[in-house]
Order: sequence, then C-alpha cells, then structure tokens
Amino acid sequence: MPQTMTHLKELEAESIHIMREVASEFERPVMLFSSGKDSSVMLHLALKAFHPGKPPFPFLHIDTTWDFKEVYAFRDRVVAKYGLNLLVHTNMDAIRAGVNPFDSGSVKYTHNMNLQGLLQALKKYKFDAAFGGARREEEKSRAKERIFSFRDRHYQWDPKNQRPEMWNIYNARINPGESIRVFPLSNWTELDIWQYIFQENIELCPLYFAAPRPVVRRDPQLIYVNDARYPLAAGETPEVRQVRFRTLGCYPLTGAIESQADTLPKIIEEMLLFRQSERAGRAIDHDEQGSMEQKKREGYF
Amino acid sequence: MTAVETFLQDEDIHSYLQRNQRKELLRFLTCGSVDDGKSTLIGRLLHDTKTIYEDQLAAVKRDSVRHGTTGGDVDLALLTDGLKAEREQGITIDVAYRFFSTAKRKFIIADTPGHEQYTRNMATGASTCQLAIILVDARYGVLPQTRRHSFICSLLGIQHLVVTINKMDLVGYSEARFNEIKTQYSEFAAKLDIRDIHFIPISALKGDNIVESSAHMPWYKSGPLLNHLETVHIASDRNMADFRLPVQLVLRPDLNFRGFAGSIASGRVRVGDEVMILPSSRKTRVKSIVTADGDLTEAQCPMPVVLTLAEEIDISRGDVITDVENPPHFGHDFEANLVWLNEKPFDPDGGYLIKHGTRTAPTTLNIIHGIDVNTLESKSLDGLHLNEVARCEISTTTPLAFDPYKKNRATGAFIVIDRQTSNTVACGMILDSDLQAGPTDPWATVAGHEGRARSQISLQQRERRLGQKPGTILLTGLTGSGKATLAFELEKRLFELGKLPVVLHGLDLRRQIASDLGFSADDRSENLRRIGGIARILNDNGVIAICAVLAPLASVRQRVKKLLGADRYLEVYLSAPLEVCKSRDQAGIYQLAEAGKIKVFPGISSPYEVPESPDLTVPTHELTVAESVDRIMSLLQDRGWID
Repeated sequence: MPQTMTHLKELEAESIHIMREVASEFERPVMLFSSGKDSSVMLHLALKAFHPGKPPFPFLHIDTTWDFKEVYAFRDRVVAKYGLNLLVHTNMDAIRAGVNPFDSGSVKYTHNMNLQGLLQALKKYKFDAAFGGARREEEKSRAKERIFSFRDRHYQWDPKNQRPEMWNIYNARINPGESIRVFPLSNWTELDIWQYIFQENIELCPLYFAAPRPVVRRDPQLIYVNDARYPLAAGETPEVRQVRFRTLGCYPLTGAIESQADTLPKIIEEMLLFRQSERAGRAIDHDEQGSMEQKKREGYF
Repeated sequence: MTAVETFLQDEDIHSYLQRNQRKELLRFLTCGSVDDGKSTLIGRLLHDTKTIYEDQLAAVKRDSVRHGTTGGDVDLALLTDGLKAEREQGITIDVAYRFFSTAKRKFIIADTPGHEQYTRNMATGASTCQLAIILVDARYGVLPQTRRHSFICSLLGIQHLVVTINKMDLVGYSEARFNEIKTQYSEFAAKLDIRDIHFIPISALKGDNIVESSAHMPWYKSGPLLNHLETVHIASDRNMADFRLPVQLVLRPDLNFRGFAGSIASGRVRVGDEVMILPSSRKTRVKSIVTADGDLTEAQCPMPVVLTLAEEIDISRGDVITDVENPPHFGHDFEANLVWLNEKPFDPDGGYLIKHGTRTAPTTLNIIHGIDVNTLESKSLDGLHLNEVARCEISTTTPLAFDPYKKNRATGAFIVIDRQTSNTVACGMILDSDLQAGPTDPWATVAGHEGRARSQISLQQRERRLGQKPGTILLTGLTGSGKATLAFELEKRLFELGKLPVVLHGLDLRRQIASDLGFSADDRSENLRRIGGIARILNDNGVIAICAVLAPLASVRQRVKKLLGADRYLEVYLSAPLEVCKSRDQAGIYQLAEAGKIKVFPGISSPYEVPESPDLTVPTHELTVAESVDRIMSLLQDRGWID
C-alpha cells in the first residue's frame, strides 16, 4: 500500500470524517440537496460515509418552484434509487405574495424564495445542523468560512464570532436554539469536484451536458425556456441551440453557455480552458460587491 | 500558457484525467506580516499558476485603482483579501484558505496574518498544515516576528519550513545578503524542533524564483519555490507505525452487522490483526475492513473505514481501537502546551471540557509556566490570556488514550471548550513527559480532582471547623535519616497548636494496606500510590497528612504531587548522608543490605534520587529534632497552611 493517498482520496476522507462527526454529535442534522453537481458529490460522500447503512439524516430541497424540470426529475430519480428521506419546502407566503423571478428583482426574489424558504424549513423541523455544498474556493468571503459555521438563534452568521477550528477536531457544542451550517466540501475546488465525478462515475443532472435546447437571449445571458411560464417578447420565438449549464439555479435566472460538451471528459476539458469564474453564470452575485457576505450574515449558506 | 493548456496540446483529456488522479495534496501556511509581501506572494503563486479566472483578475484591476498600493500596476495582494471591512483596512485578520494546483500536486494555502496578537490564527492555520513558508524581508533580515512565526510552527509540529528571503530586488539580488540572513536564521533555528529547513531568495512582486528560476540570481541553484513545493518529501510525515482508530459511531444497519466507523488517526491495520479496545483493554481481532468501495485487506491513516471485529465487545463513540504491541498512553493526567485562543482569559474556577479524538471529557487545567513565543523559553504568567502559550497539567475525569504530539499529531492534539459559552478557548499539544501511564498502570485509575461531589459537608466548612488548611507533607530521605522521628514530633507540635494532623508511616502501612507488596521499584511505586491515595482522602476532609516514606524515585514523588495537587503538597528532604544514616541504624538493616540479604535497598543496591527542588531541605545530621521541626513549622507558616 503506498504511503500517501491521492489528493481526491484525502479530500474524500476529510469529508466523510466531517459527516460522521456531525451525525454523531448533533440531534437533528439535515443535508441540503439542490440536485447540482456539488450536491451530487455531497450525497455520494454521505452514501459512502454510512455504508453499509444509509445516511442517518433527511435531505432537504428548498423548492422555489422555478427549478428546471430536469432538476425535479433528477431529484426524484436519485431519491428513489437510494431510498432517501427527502423533505421539500417552499416559501408559500412569498408565492402567495406574488414573488417571482421576473418582476421581483433578483435580490428580493432570492431573499424570499431561497433564504426565507431555507430559514422556514430549518425552523419548522428544528434542525440543529445543516450540510451545505459550499466550497471555500468559490468566492472571496467563503475563503475564510469554517467547516462548522455557527449561526445564532436567528440563523445569522457573525464573521467576527466564529470558533477557531484546529486539526480535524470539531467543537460541536451549541446552546439551545443555535445551529450550525456544515461544509464538508470546503477544501474541494471545482476541478476536484469534476475529477471526482469522473473518477467515481457519479450520476449528474443532464443539464450539465450539452444538448439542443430552446433559448432566448437576455443579455448577457442565454436563458433556457424551460416551460410555458417564461414571458417572451411579442413575436419572439426561442431558438434551439446546443447549450449546457455550469451551475443550476432557478431557470429564469440561470444563464446557459453554448457548448458541444456532451460527455464528462469534454465538460472537464471545456472547464479547464474556460476562464470564467463559476458563479459568473448566476445572477445573484453580481448585484453588489460583497453581496455573498451580506447574504451569509442574514442566514444564507 | 498554463500547465493545463500545454498538457491539452500534447495529450487528450483522458490521459490528463488519468494523470490528474495521481496528484498528492500539500497543505501549507504562509507566515509574515503585510509588509513582508505575504499577500503578494500568494497572489503571485495563484497568478503564475493561472489559478485566477479572468473575471477575478478584472475585479482586482478595478480594485487596484481604488485600494492598491502599487501605483497603477495590478496589486496581486488584493486577490487574497476577504471580508469587506478587512478589505477596506487593507489587512487580512483571520485564516483564509486558497487553492491552486499544478501537474504534480494540489495545494491548500492557509493564509494567516503576522501581527503579534494573532498567534491564535497562526496556530489554527498551522494545525492542518505540513509545511510553512516563513517570509523574511531581505532589507531587515530576521526580526522578532520571524522567530515567533517559526516557534509557533515548531510548537504545532510543522515538519517542513521554507524560509523565503523576499524583496531581493530591493537589495540588488545580493548573494551576500542572502547568505547573511540564512546564517542569521540558521543560528536561532537550532532551537527549533524542525528537521527540514530550506532557504530561497525571491521577489514576490517581480516573480523571481517563484515559478521560474530567476535570471537575476544565477548564483542560486536550488530551484524556484514552486518546484520545491511540488517535490518536498511528505510521504513520511504521518505516523504510519502506531495504529489508532478513535470510534466515531457504531453502524448497525441490520441485526447481522455491527461495525465501528472512524478515520484511522495513525498507522495501518490489516484483517486478522489483533487489536485492543480502550478503555476496556479487551483484545480481539479485526474481522473485516468495510468501505463503500468494497472490503479491504489493509487500510491506513487517514482513511475513513468501518471495522468489524471477531468478538462481540461493547464499544461506543469515544473508544479507541489500537495496536496491541504498541498501545497509546492511557490515563487522566498529562502535560501539554496550551495556546489560549479566546478573548476571555483562563479562569481557574471555570468549567472546561477537552475534546480529544472523538472523546469529550470534563477537565481541570493547571498552569505550570508560560512559554515566550519569541524565544520558546519559559516565563512566569499572570493567568493565561488570548495568544499566550503555557505548559499545563491536565487532569480529565474520563481517561484518554493519547500519545505525545511529537510522536503522533493525530492522537496528541486536543481542543479545550468552555462549558459555559461552548466556545473553543484553547488548543493543546500533549508533551512527552515521564509521568504518563500505560494502560495497566494503577496510577492511571486515580480519580481526578472532582471526587468529592457527594459529600454534603464542604471543604470550606471542614477548614473552618478545624481551623487549618489541609495538605500533605512528604518527608523523604534514606533509611535512618529521621523520617519517623520528625513526623511524630511534627504531629505533636501541630496538635498542640490545635491542628488535626495524621502521620502515615511507611512501615505501619506496609503491615496494613500494603502487606501484599515487596520492595521492587514497581511495588514501591504502588505502595506510595496507596499512601498518596489515603493522604488525598485525608486532605479532602480537611486533615493534614504527614507521610514518612523513603520514596526513592523522583518520578514517583512527582506522581504523588500530581495526585494531591501541587498546592497541597510539600516535599521535605532529610539530607543526612549515607554514613550518618548507617551509624544510626540499630536494627542492622544496612548490614543486611550490604551483605546482599536485602536485594533492593535504596542508597545501597538501588538508587535514591535526591530531590532536585524540594520545598525544604532539613540537614538532620546537623540539627536537633526540635530545630528540624522548627524549620518545617516556618515553612508551613510561609505557605499559609498555619497561622
């Protein structure tokens, strides 16, 4: 047996260690499941961590009702395949108030559907630990995020009041009403994620693969017209183009890229050569500098 | 052109992926202050390895105009800044993690700031790293902070240091200056416990010796920084010899399967290996090593595995599965270096927990002395505050299976948690001291300092009733040095003052609770453990104990001290020389010993270790009994045990 393990095996080991610690030390953990690639890797690791048993916690989908239809289908297939306990929560108050991705503006929309939806679900089920797939490499303010990220009883994050994290020894003590977000993929990069998906042959949502899809141009983005709810200009017809997605969010807000990459190696090749930051395709970070940091303070992942 | 692009020109993506799967991981930290050019160095590494995306670079170019200090050039330091407020101040104030990779390795950088008050952050960053880059400004050479950074790395067990002499462009790329600083650093580095120290002259700003060898410094032949990071030998950093697996959780998916899940903390394990479970000390064999990728015949640290065992043994989270041949220390008491991480200083009356491996246990902490992080020398401390380091005695209510940190980073580390606030307030590195007990050592079963929880009468009430502070006076010395005589005289003197003393006389006790023991070193140790145990009970009940015992070994006396608590223990050495003792011997014991009829006799056929720093030395060959007792009485007054 070689002395050192590969970097992916090391990352896998770290993630599994974290998941087992959380499962042992918290009373009501939950794992967020968005059907994205990071989520899929996180699920794969959770299946490994508790093998031959099942992950001893439920999975949670915060459903904005505006996910791609392919995402819903993928989610249901995965849940059935592994016999997972899936909880789905939607911020119905916001839906009733008419919040939608077209009229509300991306800031208000995301705040209501994603953030408030998440907080409602955490409160409803009294979860004390929630796994998220965020990675430190993704965004500047994430670079300093702990693996165990503490939130007060209002689910708020105070960057000045986080616990030092030493070695792989995680302090899991919380006071009543407090909770943590756990980021088992903290030290993975986008390349690691893709490399691991390739190595482990992890099933992905088909939207990551290029295919002919009907799109409209909303500068600077190409939007996949996923269902009849998408408002088209008078006389506008979607154009079928070979496109795929680098990240998955609500379909009206998530830009597609033109691509011929219809296999994993091709996607990885494209990713390696494509010098655009991962989240550039998602509208939510562009609103203001430091917006992710602000969202985290408010309770966002 | 990036490594990736070059690669993709030559080979297809499949072979790239194959090759990429064989990369190793290296975690390192960078130590230096803002002025040393640390952020610029990291920015340079990220930039020159093409880790930065175009849109990030564009943002930095934008910011360079707003915040930059480079007068229009792209300020690479801005790439690594994090939170908003800090960005405005132009400094980083926490640990931030950066990532980049090359064809050979993936790297995780723990970016920690270099200000004096941030020992905490450096310790945090260093805890997960294998290597540290120490930045030295070529103009100023080795500064106090350079030493401090190096010492903290040493304290946290970093095995590889790279001393980068930065800003070589500002000293004319002078080889002489480089060598001067190298010599300066090497002199003090002799004190460090780090085996691999490498020096590189660089300019982070200009890119000299970062990714490519510098054309400005042809005299330097050992290759650029990145090359060193890619090739430094890290395979033997981990402890692969001593198998330890702290159990995280027990998996029982169905009635037929019972497995113990955990990450292998050190060493390796094979199916069929005999293993021991701590604390039960029960032994069994490994039946299978289960993973989601199939059962293995062998596994090693840091792999997460599930073990099934040949026999049904009661095992739960916190237990440790370990080597039989080479088990860890097991006990309540050990010494450790502690780094205090919290704004709220150490409170001697506060409640603390230790999390070590997967076990959390209530604990008491006693400061022995502080450690100056600028010199690594001991210093006295008034309490223990944020960013201070101290050597401490730790006593946990539940025994732990541990190794010295130096020998085993994974089982020698722990964190301290404040019970009130639940915050992580300190981190600890267990020291290799000779006080540590093995799993079969009876000293290990002695309870901690919380054993009196059940009595309804408090110690304060007893002290008021008896009008005294309890404690133990250990009179040690050779046979014939006057231990018993002095003990009973001292007892009488105290009693006359209205105190309540009790003498524990070695020979008396040997007829009672120690009648099963002989005089070997082990039996003497056990005898003293029992006497210490009784003294402890007496002290806990407000009574002064006077122990008249030979106690020839310093290590055993030290254990008694630990058992009783340093503030309740006085060591009095009766220093009459051997010849005087022999002349006082009326029973003829020395004659028997010298004739070999008593096999183990301290002072004759086995060592008597003279106390190095007793609380008092009484030359009983020079003083009368009354004078000797006077000296002990004044010691008791000095220490506030009597008025």
